[in-house]
Amino acid sequence: MTFGHDPLHELSLTQNIVDLAIEYAAREKAVKVLSITLEIGALSGVVAEAVEFAFDVCSKGTLAEGANLEIRHVSGRGRCLDCQTETEIETLTHLCPHCGSLALETVQGQEMKFTEMEID
Amino acid sequence: MCTECGCSSTDHSHHHEHESRTIRVEEDLLAKNNRLAAGNRQLFTSSHLLVLNLVSSPGSGKTSLLERTLADLKRRFNFSVLEGDQQTTNDADRIAATGVPVKQLNTGAGCHLDAHMVGHGVESFDLAETDILMIENVGNLVCPAAFDLGEDHKVTVLSVTEGEDKPLKYPQMFQACDLMLINKIDLLPYLNFDLEQCKAFARQINPRIEIMELSCQTGAGMQQWYDWLMAGVARKNPGRRGAGRE
Repeated sequence: MTFGHDPLHELSLTQNIVDLAIEYAAREKAVKVLSITLEIGALSGVVAEAVEFAFDVCSKGTLAEGANLEIRHVSGRGRCLDCQTETEIETLTHLCPHCGSLALETVQGQEMKFTEMEID
Repeated sequence: MCTECGCSSTDHSHHHEHESRTIRVEEDLLAKNNRLAAGNRQLFTSSHLLVLNLVSSPGSGKTSLLERTLADLKRRFNFSVLEGDQQTTNDADRIAATGVPVKQLNTGAGCHLDAHMVGHGVESFDLAETDILMIENVGNLVCPAAFDLGEDHKVTVLSVTEGEDKPLKYPQMFQACDLMLINKIDLLPYLNFDLEQCKAFARQINPRIEIMELSCQTGAGMQQWYDWLMAGVARKNPGRRGAGRE
């Protein structure tokens, strides 16, 4: 993973996080966002460290500046299309442990969700 | 403004009545893009348009593939093309030379097209008169995977001068696409590219993927791609009279 000159899709996702936080904070007439909780799936292609890095940049000068970012990891699950067994997977390149098939369909782990936030 | 908390009070000795509280948000981080993409999809569907989002690494031959496809099929179908790049209008200039309406979208520092850019990008096209909208994404096998543009299919172009393990290295993209075009097969005799292994890797990531081998230089395999496009147009616009505009 590289930072600095490389543009990251995490940057636009994080901008969405900050926009959502500000929108909800304004609706609740909050004066400060204290913490933000996210759920990021193992198979979402989103790098949590990159979101943390981008958050400092995107939140600067907003109600969300300085908020504590809590990122909950959601493990990946796949279902074998050949034998229907469900198994935990951390990458998209797993084999079915039951029958050895390559044909696994993702059933969990692609989440990128803003679940809740604490406001003042 | 109070610098302590950002509230609009000018009295810095004030006591806040605010209490910290937790609120549920439960929003997908891509919700905004997905909403705009759904709007695009609705527009494209009501215009009976086949829309493809072409993705690949830089240099796989997306623009050359488009040039050849447009040259061969533009008398049969009306195309419009959106060209995504960080900088320059080079690709749009190449497409414009074929006579097909084209608009360049420059993302600047951005690494992918999003639904908002595409929604505005198509404003200058006559969608009612268009059969196929080709969106050439920024050359990048990572970021464009997550951003729905409102397309019918993501099509990944992989050239044989790249490694056959690209599907394993960039699984999100190969999982998200419906069709993989293996381009530059005329170069196979000069390379150690394992074609069968490449296809096996792609099917490992995405059991439902369709795969075609072609060369937009020699024209080998192009007919299969054209048949796929024609079937797509027929699906999107079943009432379209005749197969041609000639």
